Amino acid sequence: MARALLVALVLLTCGTLYLFIAKIWWMPTLASVSGAAVDREFSATLLILGVVFVLAQVALGAFVWTFRRSKQAGYSTGHRGAEIIWTVITAVIFIALSLAGERTWAELRTSQTPAEQDVQVEVTGTQFAWYFRYPGPDGKFGKTIATNVDASLGSASAIGLDTSDPASKDDMVTAVLVVPANRDVRLRLHAQDVIHSFFVPELRLKQDAVPGLNVEAHFKANKLGEYEIVCAELCGLGHYRMHAALRIVSEDEYSQWVRQQNGAAR
Amino acid sequence: MSDASRTDRGTASGILGRVFSRDHRVIGLQYFFLSLTAALVGIALSALMRFHLVWPGASLPFFGAIKPEQYLAMLTMHGTLMIFFVLTTAPQGAFGNYFLPLQIGAREMAFPRLNMLSFWFTLLAFLVLLSAFFVSGGAPISGWTHYPPLSAVPSAGPGQGTGMDLWIASIGLFCFASVLGSINFIVTVLDRRAPGMTMMRLPLTVWAWFITAILSLLAFTVLHAAILLLFLDRHAGTSFFVPEGVVVNGSVLQHSGGSPLLWQHLFWFFGHPEVYIAILPGMGLTSHLLSTFARKPVFGYRAMVYAMMAIGALGFMVWGHHMFVSGMNPFAAFAFSVMTMVIGVPSAIKTFNWLGTLWRGSIRLTVPMMFAIGFVSVFVTGGLSGPILAQPALDMYLHDTYFVVAHFHLIMGVAAVLGIFAGTYFWFPKMFGRQMNSTLGYLHFWITFVGAYAIFLPMHFLGMAGHPRRYSQLTDVHYLQALVPLQRFITLAAFVTIAGQAIFLVNLFWSMRRGQVAETNPWEATTLEWGEPTDSLTVARGAYEFNVPGAKAEFLPQREGQDAS
Repeated sequence: MARALLVALVLLTCGTLYLFIAKIWWMPTLASVSGAAVDREFSATLLILGVVFVLAQVALGAFVWTFRRSKQAGYSTGHRGAEIIWTVITAVIFIALSLAGERTWAELRTSQTPAEQDVQVEVTGTQFAWYFRYPGPDGKFGKTIATNVDASLGSASAIGLDTSDPASKDDMVTAVLVVPANRDVRLRLHAQDVIHSFFVPELRLKQDAVPGLNVEAHFKANKLGEYEIVCAELCGLGHYRMHAALRIVSEDEYSQWVRQQNGAAR
Repeated sequence: MSDASRTDRGTASGILGRVFSRDHRVIGLQYFFLSLTAALVGIALSALMRFHLVWPGASLPFFGAIKPEQYLAMLTMHGTLMIFFVLTTAPQGAFGNYFLPLQIGAREMAFPRLNMLSFWFTLLAFLVLLSAFFVSGGAPISGWTHYPPLSAVPSAGPGQGTGMDLWIASIGLFCFASVLGSINFIVTVLDRRAPGMTMMRLPLTVWAWFITAILSLLAFTVLHAAILLLFLDRHAGTSFFVPEGVVVNGSVLQHSGGSPLLWQHLFWFFGHPEVYIAILPGMGLTSHLLSTFARKPVFGYRAMVYAMMAIGALGFMVWGHHMFVSGMNPFAAFAFSVMTMVIGVPSAIKTFNWLGTLWRGSIRLTVPMMFAIGFVSVFVTGGLSGPILAQPALDMYLHDTYFVVAHFHLIMGVAAVLGIFAGTYFWFPKMFGRQMNSTLGYLHFWITFVGAYAIFLPMHFLGMAGHPRRYSQLTDVHYLQALVPLQRFITLAAFVTIAGQAIFLVNLFWSMRRGQVAETNPWEATTLEWGEPTDSLTVARGAYEFNVPGAKAEFLPQREGQDAS
């Protein structure tokens, strides 16, 4: 039985290592600038924890196998030196890991300064669809009114746009998020009914959209293509089908798309 | 001596007296069978969920096809049953009640009547919860965490009406029962220890139950308050959790000024300590079993006690790590992240000390020992994804994906369940006077241990591939198609592992009647439960005196006058 346990634990370790090295299932290709820091952080953490994992599992199996039914057990109630050493070592590892993680987080979330040329988009989550609003040439989002909400009358009504507000005249509401590559995108997330969560794996970005709050999120895409925005917070029976397309396009394509949208609106 | 040969003290006679018993052993067994029932329902629900995930269109006999809302109702009920009625109830309510008094040399819990009340409230809570399946709209669909506004607004989905109210009622009763139970545990440990049983001579199982009781007292009271506020939001027109301007199904709600995040703060202030409520008793038992079956004292007994205290205390300071992407101020993440990482230190101390206990032992691989070793393995695997999720930048990617499902199932679900199995095989001779069949026991261990890894290891990769959790089917999001084969494998592994639990059930009920009659102290253990409490009982020494140099016997029982006999 001891041998079986040792074999099982060694197989577990090898199998897990193989899956992490072979990367058969892994994070999708990165499509954002900021995501690189996340991937770096993830690899470094996996490396450190991988070593701990292997050592602990193999030690467990090896100890059980070595000391199975040995004739005389040794007597020891502990060892202060050993306790101090492993406490200090784990404390140093975990705190170092923590500091590195904090630095990445600070870089991503707390040290952003908005700039004039940033693309601004308001994201509204509702059961079970996403709406995206661009402020138009005036750079201002018009008012929305809860009592105006009527999803059957098209995208602008779905978020309850107040058409009497001058700022809302040039607002553009779409069901697809289109952004230019290599430009900072500033999202203002908001939910109409229950909590939703804006998640694009390729951007390494997830942020809850909460009723009553306007939550800021930020990314800079660097890989052209079409991606899926999914909902990551349980929002009701249609949670599994709440998704929308994200298109990352070139500057030219972006301005063409904006012109088209404005044309269609008029 | 077994329970059957023992006369009931302090309880009315007759059938009613036996059912409404104030005897801690009877109450312990009542809790045991309650959580066994809850576990069977919870497991059945997971089988249905796994089935629906990979064959969403298939219809079941007598049931038809599972609808998305039914999947979510099952998910909610699975989580609630497992967390409250299995992981909280079995280690603490069942084993704690039965063995805590015995292990400290007390004849009864401090408040037997309160103890009885606590069980009956828990049972009532269980029945109220199950009734949610049968009301119109069915059981609630907002997950066991019930984030408002989804949980606060009856029109937000099927099951959010009466079903949700029943959930609130059930958990209200459960919280009340838990508070009664935890007061009882705390007082019993502080006040009812036999002469000579100092705190530092307590078995680590007792330390774990004691610390768990303190956590329960502090955590369940907060949950109780939170669900009361949720109830008021639903029925009394208050706005604790619902802000202004919420539009559900085209109609504007008459709420203003509430915050959905307030619920999350309150809920996780309970929810995170709850994880430790589930796992600490398993940690205590693992220490106990590793020492007993390695025939060696626990390595670093004091360090183990302090580590459990540290885990318990830190457990109240980390709730924000469930909220890194909730919209909480990103600066708050710094503090919660560091505190969470720091919890890794006492957890690592425990792992090192377990390995230290095995080192140079004379290991007897009994069935309970196998489960205890399994506990260590799973605790390490499940624990190590903690420092990944504790980093907000990584959590931003992995939050609410299957990576989290893998993490918490391993660390709190599987590890705690292995602990419960270990306790069952270990204490069965005391509870029923017979031994469980060990061949079936080993078979059960292997299926469970390998099966649990086969189910939950792959889920890490689903999460890394960006698979969100709580999706009733994978039919709509395109990138999930590539993950269907892996989901199928998991479903298959789940079916085999679930089927394997039948071996345990057969063994359990067969051994109760037909098992080999057990000796008084079948495992050659040192602690007091392997004798009967008497008035003259005094405790001579610490809990884990095995192979003491110079001693005449291989092990020295804690009970005075039993050494060297």
